[in-house]
Amino acid sequence: MDFEDTAEEAAFRAKARAFLDANAERRKPGAVEGYRRGQDVPGAMERAKDFQRRKFAAGFVGIHWPTEWGGQGGTQIQNVIYNQEEAKYDVLTGLFGIGIGLAMPTICTWGTLEQRETFVAKTMRADYVWCQLFSEPGGGSDLAALRTRAEKAGDGWVVNGQKIWNSGAHYSDYGILVARTDPDAVKHAGLSFFILDMKAPGIEIRPIRQVSGSSHFNEVFFTNVRIPDTRRVGPVGAGWKVALTTLMNERHGMRDAPGPDFNELFSLARQVELEDGLAIDNAAVQEKLAEFYVRSQGLKFTKFRGMTALSRGQTPGPESSIIKVVAANKLQDILSYGLDLIGMAGPTMGDSMPVSGIFEEALLYSPALRLAGGTDEIMKNIIAERVLGLPQDPRVDKGVPWRDVPTGPRATGAKQ
Amino acid sequence: MNFDFSDELKQLRDEARRFLTDRCPPAIPRRILESDEPYDRALWQSIAEMGWTGAAIPEEYGGVGLGRLAVCVIAEELGFHVAPVPFASSVYLATEALLLYGSEAQKQAYLPKLATGELIGTFALAERAGTADPRKLTATVSGGTLTTVKLAVPDGDIADFVVVAVNGGTGPWLYLVDLHGAGVAKEVVTTIDPTRSHAKLSFTAAAAEPLAGATGPESVHRLLDFAAVPMAFEQVGGAQAALEMANLYAKERYAFGRPIGSFQGIKHKLSDMYIQVELARSNAYYGAWAVHTEAAELPIAASVARISACEAGWFVTKENIQTHGGMGFTWQMDCHLYYRRAKLLALTLGGAREWKLRLIAELRNRNTEDLQAA
Repeated sequence: MDFEDTAEEAAFRAKARAFLDANAERRKPGAVEGYRRGQDVPGAMERAKDFQRRKFAAGFVGIHWPTEWGGQGGTQIQNVIYNQEEAKYDVLTGLFGIGIGLAMPTICTWGTLEQRETFVAKTMRADYVWCQLFSEPGGGSDLAALRTRAEKAGDGWVVNGQKIWNSGAHYSDYGILVARTDPDAVKHAGLSFFILDMKAPGIEIRPIRQVSGSSHFNEVFFTNVRIPDTRRVGPVGAGWKVALTTLMNERHGMRDAPGPDFNELFSLARQVELEDGLAIDNAAVQEKLAEFYVRSQGLKFTKFRGMTALSRGQTPGPESSIIKVVAANKLQDILSYGLDLIGMAGPTMGDSMPVSGIFEEALLYSPALRLAGGTDEIMKNIIAERVLGLPQDPRVDKGVPWRDVPTGPRATGAKQ
Repeated sequence: MNFDFSDELKQLRDEARRFLTDRCPPAIPRRILESDEPYDRALWQSIAEMGWTGAAIPEEYGGVGLGRLAVCVIAEELGFHVAPVPFASSVYLATEALLLYGSEAQKQAYLPKLATGELIGTFALAERAGTADPRKLTATVSGGTLTTVKLAVPDGDIADFVVVAVNGGTGPWLYLVDLHGAGVAKEVVTTIDPTRSHAKLSFTAAAAEPLAGATGPESVHRLLDFAAVPMAFEQVGGAQAALEMANLYAKERYAFGRPIGSFQGIKHKLSDMYIQVELARSNAYYGAWAVHTEAAELPIAASVARISACEAGWFVTKENIQTHGGMGFTWQMDCHLYYRRAKLLALTLGGAREWKLRLIAELRNRNTEDLQAA
């Protein structure tokens, strides 16, 4: 039992570090990675693409993909090691997460050779940026309830409807889209999966203003948008299965919630004065700090257990499924408690505050982390059903044509 | 990254699981609960014959020499099966005290008999309610004898000797006392978990032999750190058993025409229980690494393992009762075996609160950047 790399892992880590040292700046000590921090800075996209091209040239994109996809044919653990090292540097790679992490594995698993040849290499070197067009106002956790229609017309499809929560749709070249192709089939059976050119006529993108005031997400509206049938991924009616490949990659790649953690709270407690002196000298504060430390360490060592499985060429156990739900809740609890320590001065945003206002900033983006990529409630259902083997809820939408499934007064867009 | 037990240790764990599934079903702790028997002597004998009591004792002292990691995997299975045996007292505490602080002569005298289970040892610290802080102890040894009272000593009624913590000043802080010797009175006390017997020990000029290596109050903390790690595994084992019990019941018990495990109120509760168990297990692994390597981070790793295991044990065993509804509150269901044991183990080495304060004190003494790199 140890935390050491094997000789091969150590050599790979050294190679990754050498590339990163030559091509990126290390994060400053104590710098906290925010949620999509830095993405709005002018020139960010160009810098991100430039780094991505060098990363591709150096062989660090698609590390664990098979060579027939155009990947490096490496191992999962090499991919984890590269990401661990990259996280120590000030680089913006989140812009390519959907294309590389979700769209390409899905297209390579289900798509045609022509689709693979058209999209994979160019996506790897940042020529194409992707967005995900899955969620709808009436289909979030219940994704298969989606209503956006794709109707056959000649040698292609015509799409009408609306998507929501589409990160980066406004700067993306392509989108992966799930749409309903058969409203008379039961709901999971009536879906198909498409690659959509985001510059096609009939697409309108509107930014959504979030709690934090910034806009990373969009609503996307489709009015008679045409998609050639060559851009369909997988068989007609198999869209749900294809989308599951995407969702599994999304959950597999799930990372810790970015933002202040124990170290930042610890640092804060050493600066803030309470009634009887520094917060760190207060026994009640110490108890809370200890609880947060234990949760942080529990997550860290749960990830280490998953990495150990990867290192041995095994699949990580079900314990990895807890990371997102624990991390996002811990973040919110740490933020609330940290701001409570700052007290009356707590609401102020900005660098003048202890630990540079990162608690205030993260407070406003943290709700998203409990929703995106599967809400807490869905994650707990997944743990209960897939890990503990508990039965599904009885469902009224099983075996019923989609058009007959009940919807509430908040549903938008009439069923056809 | 190799943050897991070796195949050999996993094999040992599987053997322990098979053995205890056969020899220690819930009827065994229940029998101890419902009788005056202090522990299951036959089970203890078998455990000793399998070499578990000598797992961490080097071969030169009659042990198996598998090291502390072996004790951790066995502890998890003993916890899962709520085993009514003095394993924690004798192995995590008394044996460990001798390994850490015993003279060569003491090791020769005690360890071979601890390995065979012929001797049972235990550990006594608390003198009053509240934090059992070694620095606040009143017991002292003078002229080679001890006069004091120690409360709620696990297995104090059945152990052959006890490692007693005293205020040692500039001398040793831990002493060995023969519980069959003169000047020792044992009073069996009823506890929240009668599947493990406890006694109040009164010493009146009892002969006390120093563990010379145990200097300063830190030596008592160090012993507790080493013990807290296998204890955390025992706690995780118990929590895992309670989780499995709740999970099975949620599938088999129907209400409103469906298994109660199909209601999200129960599903999410069971997910939360699973999360607590896995976090505690991961933290216990960190503790295992620290006792195995005798790492400088041991006080931190042991505290983290301890706090996490106490929280998981409490949460999971109480929610197991809740999942069972009214049936969970009956004597006949086994839920209370896990509930009692979980809280007992959460108190035995001092409650989570004091470990939290100790954890923060340790972190303040260190450069946190170094810790993150671990």
